[in-house]
Amino acid sequence: MKKPLAVLCIAATAALALAGCNAGGQGTASGDKVTIKYTNFISNGGNEKNLDTIVQAFEKENPNITVQVTTLPYKEYATTLQTDLAAGTQADTFDIEYANLKSYVANGTVAPLDGVDASKYRPSLLQSYESDGKQYALPTSFSDVVLYYNKALFDAAHLPYPNSSWTWADEAAAAQKLANPAGGVFGDFQNITFYEFYKAVAQAGGKFLNDDGKSVAFNSPEGVKAAQWLAEKSGTTMPTPAQGAGTPDFDTKLFKDGKLAMLHSGIWVASSFADAPKDWDIAVEPGDAKKASAMFSNAVAVSAASKNKEAAQKWAGYLSSSQVMAQTRISAGWELPPTSDESALKPYLNQGKPANRQAVFDALNSVVLPPSIGENQQKMTDIITNALGEVAAKRSSAADALRSAADQVNALLKQ
Amino acid sequence: MTSILARKDRSAERKATEALPRNPTRRTRRLRYAATVALFLLPSAIPLMAFTVGPMIAALWISLTRWNLIGSMKWVGLENYQQLLADPATRNAFLHTLYYIVGYLPLAYAAGLAAALALNTKVPGRSLLRGIYFLPVVTSWIVVALVWRWLLNPDTGLINWLLHLIGIQGPGWWTDPVWSLPSIILASVWKDLGFIMVILLAGLQAIPEELYEAARVDGAGPWRRLFSITLPMLSPSSFFVLVLSLINGFQVFDQVYAMTGGGPNNSSQVVVQQIYDLTFRFGQAGMASALSWMLFAVILVITLIQVRLQKRWVNYA
Repeated sequence: MKKPLAVLCIAATAALALAGCNAGGQGTASGDKVTIKYTNFISNGGNEKNLDTIVQAFEKENPNITVQVTTLPYKEYATTLQTDLAAGTQADTFDIEYANLKSYVANGTVAPLDGVDASKYRPSLLQSYESDGKQYALPTSFSDVVLYYNKALFDAAHLPYPNSSWTWADEAAAAQKLANPAGGVFGDFQNITFYEFYKAVAQAGGKFLNDDGKSVAFNSPEGVKAAQWLAEKSGTTMPTPAQGAGTPDFDTKLFKDGKLAMLHSGIWVASSFADAPKDWDIAVEPGDAKKASAMFSNAVAVSAASKNKEAAQKWAGYLSSSQVMAQTRISAGWELPPTSDESALKPYLNQGKPANRQAVFDALNSVVLPPSIGENQQKMTDIITNALGEVAAKRSSAADALRSAADQVNALLKQ
Repeated sequence: MTSILARKDRSAERKATEALPRNPTRRTRRLRYAATVALFLLPSAIPLMAFTVGPMIAALWISLTRWNLIGSMKWVGLENYQQLLADPATRNAFLHTLYYIVGYLPLAYAAGLAAALALNTKVPGRSLLRGIYFLPVVTSWIVVALVWRWLLNPDTGLINWLLHLIGIQGPGWWTDPVWSLPSIILASVWKDLGFIMVILLAGLQAIPEELYEAARVDGAGPWRRLFSITLPMLSPSSFFVLVLSLINGFQVFDQVYAMTGGGPNNSSQVVVQQIYDLTFRFGQAGMASALSWMLFAVILVITLIQVRLQKRWVNYA
């Protein structure tokens, strides 16, 4: 009675183990059909069809390779990828962010890529995914942050439209006049987070980190000014957290509904405004002491554990440098292709709304990259966002909040 | 003499012949019994080993390493525990958890007891009412949290509107560090009172009616009956509720994650939320495992103290 049971147990466990192995394995023989898995967030929220266009073109050119796409919301992406990597169930190719590249390379998670045709990429973008002279990921797109504005609301208030010479003072004055609490209309929206703060510090003429990167520099008059600029909008011209600020898609929905006059956001949301009922346009973000714009790039890496690295790199290359990709991205307004061919970018300027597409390129003239401190990046991001939240809720002065945040971040930098 | 001997021999012979077949049967029977027990335990023992005991032992190992989930583990001995003990974030997480328990437990017990006492009488429609009170227990925390976030919205929420009607300026609830934990406690009491009610109802129904009759004859009023009969007779159920609620209280997570995410400014950061953040946001799985074991030790000690103390107040008569 006992023995058969034990055998049954062992058999069941073995079956489970085998099933686990099978899930990870794939056909490896060349000439055979190969399936490449690709996990991404870049197409989430409106560009799934555009990614599908690129996948189909790739599969047509490479009949032996099938690409199996999994799309995740950006908010869940990092956690899911981390869990997959820990369990060894990651896809052959997956999106990575610039800030995480260092730790992935150090942990041997991503495979070095040989034989990349560097001439096809914008050099600065390709180089940012390089480490010790080796290429570890390929940029798939780049984008920047601009100021969106609702033309109809500006017209109704008889105000001139924002332009590239605007400063914070111009924006604040316009926001004040455009806000109409009784009608549920807000003047301005800018997230009160780390990602807006480091840029605002640069716009105020300050620095986030000292040049040696070993201590913070945001605890300065410029930093205080930047914190006040962001925080003081909350509850005056900008909605508060209780009114919904900070919840996903809140700001873009408000803008689309015509209830928001100005919005600081990335060019990746432009395609979702295509069918907005009111006319809108974009401008370079206003600066203070100087102009500074945020630039982001996304990239695709090949898993070091992939059994089909060759096919995986072929797909990664196609996704990041093919003509089909460049055309699809430009006609859809889905961020910008990382191509070295400036003439390929030209059509972007006359793809219809928004009219002032030149602002996207103008913003690239004064780029400020997010400060990166390695392992403790997320903790630093939390500390800054929490401190700004306290200022916005008027529970702390900007100077006090930044002083305490500076102490905490400096402690992280010493670790 | 010979006859006695012969009889003895015969009886010995009989014993021997009887013993021979009987012994194996007893052994087989015992084996069969053990196998049956094992068979019945197996369905819960396998998942318990695979998904609770196994991971716990693995976590003990991980807690002695530095590991970011994706790289290789680096042995650091007790360093994670030392760092946690020195980190003010750990102290805060435990203090917030204690705050939650101290606020939640009396309220939830009192509310559950009141509901149980009320629905133990012959109110019309009591079955329906019991069902309604139990409904939040089987509802997902995500749904409950979203509803309570809306109810407790400082600007547009129903509760602040009602407070406004009677001339009170409502607090900032989940947007205010002072009120974030009370908001979570309020939602938790509402969700759990049905569960406590059901356990206490079962306890109430087991109290013999004669005790109340005797008390009435002796002239005891309703309060006297509550404190001298109902509560002492209910103490085993109360003990069960207390142990369970305390363990669940230390492990509070879903409602915190869904209602405040530990904020604003870490004001509602509890231990399990801290474990989650360490693992999935800060990439410190070793540190998170160490904190898990610290939490386990605290829960174990407190539960042992409770079991020891129960002799003083729990009445199993």
